[in-house]
Amino acid sequence: MIAPSIEYSALLPMIIVFGAGVVGVLVEAFVPRRFRHAVQVILALAALAAAFVQVVRLGGTEIIGAVGSVAIDGPALFLQGTVLVLAFISMFFFAERRIEAGGNAFAPAASSLPGSEEERVLVQQRALQTEIYPLSMLAVGGMMLFPAANDLLAMFVALEVLSLPLYILCGMARRRRLLSQEAAMKYFLLGAFASGFFIFGASFVYGFAGSLEFAEIDAALGARVGQEGLLLAGVGMMAVGLLFKIGAVPFHAWTPDVYQGAPTQVTAFMAACTKLAAFGAMMRLFYVGLGGIRTDWQPMLWAVAIATMVVGIVVALSQTDIKRMLAYSSIAHGGFILTAFVAVDELAIAAILFYLAAYGFVTLGAFAVVTLVRDAGGEATHLSKWAGLGRRSPLLAATFGLFLLALAGIPLTSGFVGKLTVFTAAFQGGAMPLVIVGVLVSAVAAFFYVRVIVLMFFSDPAPEGPTVAVPSVWTTAGIAVGAVATIVLGVLPGPLLDLAEQAALFIR
Amino acid sequence: MNPTSYLVLATILFTLGSGGVLLRRNALVAFMSVELMLNAANLAFVAFARMHGALDGQIVAFFVMIIAAAEVVIGLAIIVMIFRTRRSASVDDASLLKL
Repeated sequence: MIAPSIEYSALLPMIIVFGAGVVGVLVEAFVPRRFRHAVQVILALAALAAAFVQVVRLGGTEIIGAVGSVAIDGPALFLQGTVLVLAFISMFFFAERRIEAGGNAFAPAASSLPGSEEERVLVQQRALQTEIYPLSMLAVGGMMLFPAANDLLAMFVALEVLSLPLYILCGMARRRRLLSQEAAMKYFLLGAFASGFFIFGASFVYGFAGSLEFAEIDAALGARVGQEGLLLAGVGMMAVGLLFKIGAVPFHAWTPDVYQGAPTQVTAFMAACTKLAAFGAMMRLFYVGLGGIRTDWQPMLWAVAIATMVVGIVVALSQTDIKRMLAYSSIAHGGFILTAFVAVDELAIAAILFYLAAYGFVTLGAFAVVTLVRDAGGEATHLSKWAGLGRRSPLLAATFGLFLLALAGIPLTSGFVGKLTVFTAAFQGGAMPLVIVGVLVSAVAAFFYVRVIVLMFFSDPAPEGPTVAVPSVWTTAGIAVGAVATIVLGVLPGPLLDLAEQAALFIR
Repeated sequence: MNPTSYLVLATILFTLGSGGVLLRRNALVAFMSVELMLNAANLAFVAFARMHGALDGQIVAFFVMIIAAAEVVIGLAIIVMIFRTRRSASVDDASLLKL
């Protein structure tokens, strides 16, 4: 028997991040409490940075490793690098300790009952929640594996590895713990439900093709006649699992609840990174494995794209909570990306890669700003409380305005370039109706983003309005990076677009 | 080997599971139904592996079992946490996040 060969250098970025997660668990067990936070932060940041360096060094690699189950190619490396950068910035927000006096944004012990004596004592002792770092490292590792997974099993494992830590992170908020726990339960039950569909669909596709690897599934597509029903049922159910992670209509119901209930730092992390990983996985499955039957799945994704854009924006119009509004806006952005998704070509892949990176930075920044606007009960997320914020703290409101303009797709922001590239790709791929719907929906979307800006700058502040917390250098730096990336990618998108175009080739 | 009867059984199990998630109000029962869905997938994988005369479908079944176990750990932690807070595991009671 021959031992399987594993290409360790190509897998090194993932090994580093997973290793950091495991070491982080040991740090929880063995390092004294007062050093733990510093050690965990340094470990997490160092691991993400080291993994990023390794991803950069791997640039241009194209191999299928780990006995066919992991593909390291352009899209995988691009998405892994982006996930690492976005996760690096997310760790800044996780490490913020000045906003909540004497703690971070997480419950000192997630197992303590809300309002109990145990919780009160822990808060008094200024106990810090540090389990978030190993949990987020494991989630990041899953997010890196997801777009690189080259067979059905690796994809399912990655899906679960990225989801399970996120379920827990959602339930760990320091304030409004009932909401947070409820969000965790909803996310968990619906997420497990969706992954049940994914794996059952995968079993049908396996039954059709007789192999788990995407290349062999592709080869079987034309070869087996008379079993298309099995294949199509499987593809449909796998699509349910992936579209759930993306938050596409009609599988979006969890998004607003989870985004609202989860600690805002976690919302930022998962809104930016999960969507990215899920789109990467979906591209690989549908382009590499199922590209041969694209005429069968394109109509389904057309319908999903239109529904996602329209429902996301229309429902966002009526939201009164800023986190829910951003959640529906993120659903709509998933729809914009899907317009390019149906035009299966290199231009579309490059457009999607660029859009995901641009959207990630904007989302991180926007949610980070939300953590700073506070009143006595924690974050003041009701829109009415944001009235007149521009007069009280112009800089913060201007930064948030910038992120909203980018989400609306106004020129000179990254959002504009992103929308332009995905709509161009969709147009050239023959999806003209999708482009028309997308442009119309974008016009409506601009209305509600601008409405928030008007509310912040041109209405009178409420008498007992929220205060703007002064964050430490962590959050400030994170928001600054998000804002700079938003402007730079809007004014000088060339380098990243070139990189995305070079990366836009899946290895088969 | 003709896998039809195994597939029919797997589909019945899967339908029961997904019906359970959608219809039952107790979070624990809903979660048990999710496990039923995963087991239906396992049965289908093993049946197909036998049909193709390949082993990889059976290996998938092992992985799915391990993942299901990990999911149990996380799911029970979340459900027990909610139960201790609210003294109820009904998914209808957890409705603070409705608009």
